[in-house]
Amino acid sequence: MQLISSLTDGLLLGFVYGVAAMGLTLIWGVMTVINLAHGPVIALGMFGTYLFFTHLGLNPYLALAPVALFGLLLGFIIYGMAVHRVINAPHLSSLLATFAVNMIIIGLGTAIFSTSPQNIDYSLGSMQIGFLTIPFSRLLATLGAVLFTAALYLFLYFTRPGKAIRAVANNRRAAELMGIPSSQVLALSFGLGTMLAAVAGGLIATFFPFTILSGGPYELKSFVICVLGGLGNPLGALLGGLILGGLEGLIPTFMPVSWVPVVEFGLFVLVLLVKPSGLLGAK
Amino acid sequence: MKSWKLNAVILLTILGLLLPAAPSVFAAEKTVVIGYTASRTGKLNVEGMRQIHGLNLWIEQVNAAGGVKLPDGTVVKFAAKDYDDESKKERVQELYTKLINSDKADFLISPYSSPLADAAAVIAQQYNKIMITAGAASDSTYKKGFSLVYQAYTPASRYLTGALDLLGKLDPAAKKIAIIHEKDKFSTDVVNALKAYGESKGYQIALFEGYDSGATDFAPFINKIPADANAVMGGGHFADTSTFAKQLFEKGVKAKMVALLVAPPEPKFAELGDAAYGVIGASQWQPEAKYSAEAAKKAGIEWFGISVADFDKTYKAKFKEEPSYHSAGGYVAGLIVEYAIKKAGSTETAKVKKVLDEMNLMTFYGHLKFDNSPKAHGLQVAHEMVYTQWQKKDGKLVNQIVWPEAAQTAKAINYFPR
Repeated sequence: MQLISSLTDGLLLGFVYGVAAMGLTLIWGVMTVINLAHGPVIALGMFGTYLFFTHLGLNPYLALAPVALFGLLLGFIIYGMAVHRVINAPHLSSLLATFAVNMIIIGLGTAIFSTSPQNIDYSLGSMQIGFLTIPFSRLLATLGAVLFTAALYLFLYFTRPGKAIRAVANNRRAAELMGIPSSQVLALSFGLGTMLAAVAGGLIATFFPFTILSGGPYELKSFVICVLGGLGNPLGALLGGLILGGLEGLIPTFMPVSWVPVVEFGLFVLVLLVKPSGLLGAK
Repeated sequence: MKSWKLNAVILLTILGLLLPAAPSVFAAEKTVVIGYTASRTGKLNVEGMRQIHGLNLWIEQVNAAGGVKLPDGTVVKFAAKDYDDESKKERVQELYTKLINSDKADFLISPYSSPLADAAAVIAQQYNKIMITAGAASDSTYKKGFSLVYQAYTPASRYLTGALDLLGKLDPAAKKIAIIHEKDKFSTDVVNALKAYGESKGYQIALFEGYDSGATDFAPFINKIPADANAVMGGGHFADTSTFAKQLFEKGVKAKMVALLVAPPEPKFAELGDAAYGVIGASQWQPEAKYSAEAAKKAGIEWFGISVADFDKTYKAKFKEEPSYHSAGGYVAGLIVEYAIKKAGSTETAKVKKVLDEMNLMTFYGHLKFDNSPKAHGLQVAHEMVYTQWQKKDGKLVNQIVWPEAAQTAKAINYFPR
């Protein structure tokens, strides 16, 4: 009984982890850039939802739309200013560039919002199914996560820009030769990646209090999830998120909670050793 | 024209030179530097900022009242020097050394929280400086042989035990308690003492688990709470405890009592809305506290400093926020220094230390007395906790004192059924 309720809680959370990881995996898959500004963008998504809710009285779930748009634009800006010029440089350059963006956002965020925990005071209560008590906020977050994943999938597979993104991910040179404007596609991918991060942040903000530093742990989880699911594969990221969320729900029922990272990162190493391309990764 | 300008400049220069020296004609003035680090940023920033506010208010008031006059005619004024420790223990020792060596701090106030204060205490002792700790409730700091560190807070070992007494009153049939706590020094000290006290009272500790500092998802722990637990206790600091309270509510926990550390007495806790309702907190001080000069006189204890009402009023006027016990803790840390310097008639460490060792004082913050045995030197032995509960009054959340009965502003209610 306790097992099932813990697993449910974990899986519901896993969907949101999945969205955050999809953002990271998309950016890596398309441009092989490790985006270290991922965490702070998640935190900005949290604050975006918070500000829309507290200042404009906008329902936090409706606020996801402007937050997504804001995430997309922010992605364009970060790409244009910090990533574009170093895209062909060695990995370390783009790593450092995004790390710099990470520090800038955290610094500005600390100055503006301080590091006090903020909370979206919007409670939907919870649903009772037998012995299961599921907070509505988590259920809606899951729904949001599924919708965004579906939308991303449709976009990538059935629209021209989506196909262009996949083409560039597959082989940038070849895509350029086919007349695909690669820098526009790269900017779009980066924008979509940060958009997903911001949305994930917005979803998390509906059930956990947060500070400007809260994105860090989710960024770390995103890395594990990306490796689990296969770098560059959005569906794999969702699967990885579910696995990680499930583990986080289940492990504490058997052992002290401090073992969670041991098992998570143990799995991380195991996957890297046995199937480095991840569960759904390309061969 | 030119010479007129020149004369004016000379005159102003002479005046400028004379002015700062002028008071010295009457009395020598000495500025005592109070050094501390504060958690202006990082995870302890809510509690840390209130502590700074309290301390700054004291400095402003003591200086405005003319400072402290010593028997040799010297007037002691106070100035603060502080750095942001980012809520990080690693920064503390370096910064306190800097405060003492470069900024020439005469007295020290601890950073907020036990681990940070513990780190600072080593430096204070090493450089022979007196340090008053505020927001550092862990007992263990005072059992390490420090002789210059004094605790303003009720120690952790007595932090939540009163809540169990309250539970006995609220539900005499209560048997099962679930304890979920942050795995830091302070919270662990508190719950270990709570567990021992509970077991001695015949309670069954049905769950006893710790979570990492900075945890956000408490669902795994909440799922582990037995359905028939009468009380849920524990928590840690503001950020994690308020999240914990929110999730306890969302998961529909059916315990008669929820008593948590640190967060519930903070006015900001009310932002949780319905999730705050019925939650009991352990507070070092509340604005409704009934400490007064008359009460002190009746008890035969010396009274010193501002009244509760004046503290509440001046604090609100200056910072536009309700004072919490963290604010009061910051203020009283300064007040203790002021009292000790005044009584000692000196700012020398040895003389001030002697006063502090023998101090038995009532203030707006309550009764203060330090253990002066070598075994637990500096440990607070007189100050008492009060227990607060978020209740509703005219549809609005208000924090009431529910325990001890003598200080009650309202009767305790059940967390569930609500």
